[in-house]
Amino acid sequence: MSSTITTIPVREGNITSVPSGLTEERKGLTKKEVAADHPTWCPGCGDFSVLALYFKLIEKRKIWHEKITTIAGIGCSSRFPYFVQAHGAHFIHGRALPFASGVSLTRPDLHVFVFGGDGDAFSIGGNHFTHTARKNIKMTYVVMDNWVYGLTKKQTSPTSPIGFKSKTDLGGALDQPVNPMKQAISAGATFVARTTHTNPNHVLQMMEAAMDHDGFSFIECLSECVEFYEGAFDSSNPRKGGKFDLVPADHNVADEFAAYKLADEPFPGKFGIFYKANRATKNANEGKIISAAREKTHTMKDWQILQKSFDKFR
Amino acid sequence: MSEATLTASPAGGSPKVSSVSDVVIRIAGNSQDGIQAIGGFLARLAGRSEQEVMTHMTIPATISGGPSIFQVRIGSGEVLSSGDEADVLLAFYQHSYEDHIGSLKKGGIVLYDSDHVEPKEEWAGLYRHVGVAITGLTVEAIGGTAKDKGKNIYALGLISKMFDLNVTKLEALITERFTGKDSSVLNNAMSAFHGGYGHSLGNIVETFKFVESQKKGGHQVVMNGNEAIGFGLIAAGVRFGAGYPITPWSDIMELLRRELPKYGGTFIQCEDEIASISMAIGGSYAGRVSVTGSSGPGISLKTEALGWAVMAEMPLVIVDIQRGGPSTGLPTNVEQSDLNICCFGGHGDSPRVVIAPSNVEDCFYMAIEAVNIARKYSVPVILLSDQAIATRIEAFEEPKLEQVCQDISPDLSPVATHKPYDLKAENGASRHVAPGTRIESGLYPIATGLEHDEMGHPTGSPKLHMEMVAKRRRKLNALAAELPRPAIYGPSEGNVLLVGWGSTQGPIKEAVDRARAAGDSVSSIHIKHINPLPNGLEEIFAGFNHVLVVEMNDEGLYGYGQLAGILRGRFCDPKIRGINKCDGLTFKVKDIVERVRTNVASGLRKF
Repeated sequence: MSSTITTIPVREGNITSVPSGLTEERKGLTKKEVAADHPTWCPGCGDFSVLALYFKLIEKRKIWHEKITTIAGIGCSSRFPYFVQAHGAHFIHGRALPFASGVSLTRPDLHVFVFGGDGDAFSIGGNHFTHTARKNIKMTYVVMDNWVYGLTKKQTSPTSPIGFKSKTDLGGALDQPVNPMKQAISAGATFVARTTHTNPNHVLQMMEAAMDHDGFSFIECLSECVEFYEGAFDSSNPRKGGKFDLVPADHNVADEFAAYKLADEPFPGKFGIFYKANRATKNANEGKIISAAREKTHTMKDWQILQKSFDKFR
Repeated sequence: MSEATLTASPAGGSPKVSSVSDVVIRIAGNSQDGIQAIGGFLARLAGRSEQEVMTHMTIPATISGGPSIFQVRIGSGEVLSSGDEADVLLAFYQHSYEDHIGSLKKGGIVLYDSDHVEPKEEWAGLYRHVGVAITGLTVEAIGGTAKDKGKNIYALGLISKMFDLNVTKLEALITERFTGKDSSVLNNAMSAFHGGYGHSLGNIVETFKFVESQKKGGHQVVMNGNEAIGFGLIAAGVRFGAGYPITPWSDIMELLRRELPKYGGTFIQCEDEIASISMAIGGSYAGRVSVTGSSGPGISLKTEALGWAVMAEMPLVIVDIQRGGPSTGLPTNVEQSDLNICCFGGHGDSPRVVIAPSNVEDCFYMAIEAVNIARKYSVPVILLSDQAIATRIEAFEEPKLEQVCQDISPDLSPVATHKPYDLKAENGASRHVAPGTRIESGLYPIATGLEHDEMGHPTGSPKLHMEMVAKRRRKLNALAAELPRPAIYGPSEGNVLLVGWGSTQGPIKEAVDRARAAGDSVSSIHIKHINPLPNGLEEIFAGFNHVLVVEMNDEGLYGYGQLAGILRGRFCDPKIRGINKCDGLTFKVKDIVERVRTNVASGLRKF
């Protein structure tokens, strides 16, 4: 998960100067060690399976408590960090991505995961989604999309389909819903994948691929709200008579237009990686600027660098 | 110019040379004429000559062009304000001449570009007119078709001659400024300067010589308030920040963007104000106090995230360079009307720290103080500056950087246990432990905006909410106890105490001097720590019959401004009243003096 920003010479005072960490072998964390509060979600909520698979990811990839940071905004799914026994932050509504960017850009040693819902991602936080994607700031963003506002008890969400009856659209939702896949691709995300909570193996696969991607990796994970939008995703669940179709084997993930076309398919559409590109991350680009500047200053102490600037103000 | 130096020029005969200790020069032109450059050269020359200097400028809010002024006051003694009236007006255009002649003292010198200005008959007897064909002579001096370029430097030459300024030092400054560009640029600038310096002002006007200033130890540096804040943050060890462009804050983000990579850090331009405070909070959470900042509407946008930083007890520095409000307001004018939003903005009880520098030197040291308070108390700190300090150039003793600079790299060594919101922490000041820190108990903290228990997990317990609210408040009580009591300028007992904050310190002190010279009993204090207030103010107030709070904001519904409102709320004392104005301009010394007199003459109003 290390990006090129780590190639900057480590020194006192550098934003990247962090202890090299403990090198001793520790055994992989068990679910028990990584689980914190019992989730407050309603029984049957799709978010349980996303949480379980996050634990599995941590266990499988032998990530240490102190090396992951779980960040969320506001919403049912955004309660996520409380349930994970690791450093985490529960930030304000819609702003988890810029917060996570601050962590990612200063701490290349950490795995930064952001969890949230469709309201957080595409309504109040829509602007941040676009800009974090286009800047390609290294992190993994899992949006647990349930097509409804659950925490506030059934209002229309930006992904609610037209006709969905909610407390704010008594006669059915009127507005064209956001298509998360299209949004991510057009914003410039470099990893765009789609999965559903009813297929645990696939969720884990997508999480692993996202974590290994050097850049902004986005996963839309359908996650049913049994309380306020029961059955929303039945047609994607073979156990409920629906179909779960993977992205075709011959799909070229580097082809932006093909990805966009895939995203345009009517629900339930396809599942898997729609788009993946290798573009320099913001982390790496900032690292380059720093390296170039440090070439002239790395032999100096901080006060000496500042003294040089002050000399020009005499 | 200091008293008694302005004598009428002798009729005929050779020009007289008078000695001066203090001079105010107002340069009026259009914003693209490079008049700030003239002022900048004069200010830096003063700094290198161990003189005191203060400048003041107005810039149009238009994208390009428009009338603009730059006023510079240079003194051999203490310079507290940029001056009420100018001794010399340099006018490039008819509008500059007509709009600014009123700022010139009677008998003062108006030096005008006779290629553009037609002097008015009725002013001929009031001011000493000196016309020089600046535009034409600049073209002559540089050669070719220089158009308008270089006439600022030509005018600098004229002024240098008039005040017998140090040519060697000015040449060095011009060389430093223009080196690196095409060598013809430097040659042209030198030609323009010497053209102006060599121009004969004839017998029309006397020339002046500054009296020797008292020698000071060490070098002086000359910079504006925004530069001082930017460098102060760097000295404090800040290596990450995020912002969004807005006037007059943008200079600081541009400086940090340019400078931080040299130190291994970076500054990010975000998509909006909310993202920038969020990203800065993320940087702080990740282990090192980070900075964001803004002006005007940007501060309003940041308040929700600010509330999170209070709740989650996250160290953070927010710089507010105030401008006229509300809404888009007066983007390039000064006002002190953000005090309330800085102290109270946001929902819920959310104690945060607000400190306000009173001059350029303060900007540097208080940026460091802001960082250290944020770290010590795990609290957001607002550094409240304004457009006047942001753009004004002052000279101050160069900081001893080796001693001042600090390393605040995060400490990520493993800890046995950690409670992020430990209720037993001394004064409620618990410590933030950054991600990457191994916690041996296996119990990890959550930073949160929900009311929480000591580990950061959500709670609806009434008892815990009360305890946590008190914890966040107690930190500020503890800070108040260690803040210095403001020094009294003038005697500690008397009739009137003026209370100021922020950029008004200079004019207030000068008003005290002037009023006392006229026999009035006036003293002043300047409050730099606004939230919390330092302890002991009531003892100071007890020594005076009237406490008048001088602020550049509206007198409000009840007759006093924002700081006065806080002081009245704190001390319940009706003798605290306001001297307010909000015309977008800095206080003039004589305004303060006159308003103190009328205010006190009207007596204490009954409430």
